Amino acid sequence: MKRLVWFAPALAFLALAALLYLGLGRDPEALPSALVGRPVPAFALPDLADPQRQITEAVFTGEVTLLNVWATWCSACRTEHPFLMELARRGVRILGMNYKDRPDAARVWLERLGNPYALTFIDPLGTYGVDLGVYGAPETYLIDARGVIRARHVGVLDAAVWAELEPLYQRLREEAR
Amino acid sequence: MKQILAAILWGVALAAAAAIEPAPFADPATEVRYRELLAELRCPKCQNQSLADSDALIAADLRAQVRRLMQEGASDEEIVAYLVARYGDFVRYRPPVDARTFALWLGPLALLALGGMAVWAVARRARPAGPAALSLEERERLAQLLDEQGEGPP
Repeated sequence: MKRLVWFAPALAFLALAALLYLGLGRDPEALPSALVGRPVPAFALPDLADPQRQITEAVFTGEVTLLNVWATWCSACRTEHPFLMELARRGVRILGMNYKDRPDAARVWLERLGNPYALTFIDPLGTYGVDLGVYGAPETYLIDARGVIRARHVGVLDAAVWAELEPLYQRLREEAR
Repeated sequence: MKQILAAILWGVALAAAAAIEPAPFADPATEVRYRELLAELRCPKCQNQSLADSDALIAADLRAQVRRLMQEGASDEEIVAYLVARYGDFVRYRPPVDARTFALWLGPLALLALGGMAVWAVARRARPAGPAALSLEERERLAQLLDEQGEGPP
C-alpha cells in the first residue's frame, strides 16, 4: 500500500500523458452537429439556376442526398470540387447550397469547373446557414430519404472522409428502398 | 519606445472596437445586456474567442442574429437556446451540468480535494515528533543532575 503511494505521482503523470496524447490526434475544429438526427430545418431559398424558383426542404424527401455548403470565396471548396464531381459521376445525389456568395460568380464557377450538384440553392446572407449550424464552408451534410440529417462533415470532403461516410450512405440507401 | 507601445495598443483597441458592429442599442441597458451575452457565447469558428471578440464571418452573422432576437424581445435564455439548437452546447462558455459535463464541472473540485488531502498527509508526516517522553530511570537521572547543579557553587 505504501509503495503504491510512492508510485501515485508517476501513475498520475502517465495517465495525463496518455490523455493529452490522445487529444493530439483529435481535430479540435470538428464539432458535432447539433442537428444530427433532426429533420433539415425548413427553408425557402432561390434556385441558383433560376432565381424565380423557390427551393424548399421538400427536395430532400425521397432520396438520400449530400448537401454541400460552398462558395466561390472558399479555397477549400475549390480543393474538394473535383472529388464532388467524382461522387456525382458515381451517382451520388449532391445538392449545393451557395453560401454568402454572389450568384453570378457562383454560376461562372459551375460553368468553368463543372457542376456536380443536382440543384443549387442560394443563401446570400447566410441566414439558413445559421439555422443549419454552418460555421464555415465547405461543410457537407448526409441527409436520409426522409429529410433527416444523419451526419455532418466540416472541411474538405475527400476520398478518406468519404470512406468513413460511405457505409452510412449505403445503409441509408438500402433503408430507403 | 513608450509612444510606439501606446500607438500599438491604440491600434489594437481600435481593431477590437471595429470587430463589434457600430450602431449600439438606443437603450444603454440593452446594449450592456447585449455585450454581456456576447461575452458568454463562444464563436464556433475561432474556438478560443467569444462572439464579442471574434472577427470570423460566422461570429458577425451570429452577433446580427443575437441583435435581431433581442430587438424582437427574446430573453437571454431564449437566445442561448436558439444558438444551442443550431451549434450545440459548444457555443456556451458555461455549459449546463449534465452527464457529459459533470467531469468538467466537478473535476477541478475533485483535484483540489485530492491535492488538499495530499498536503495534509505530507504535513502530518513531516511534523517533528517532539521530545520523546522520558523513561522512569531517565527522569530519576534528570532529577539527580538538577539537584547536583542546585547544590553546587555558582
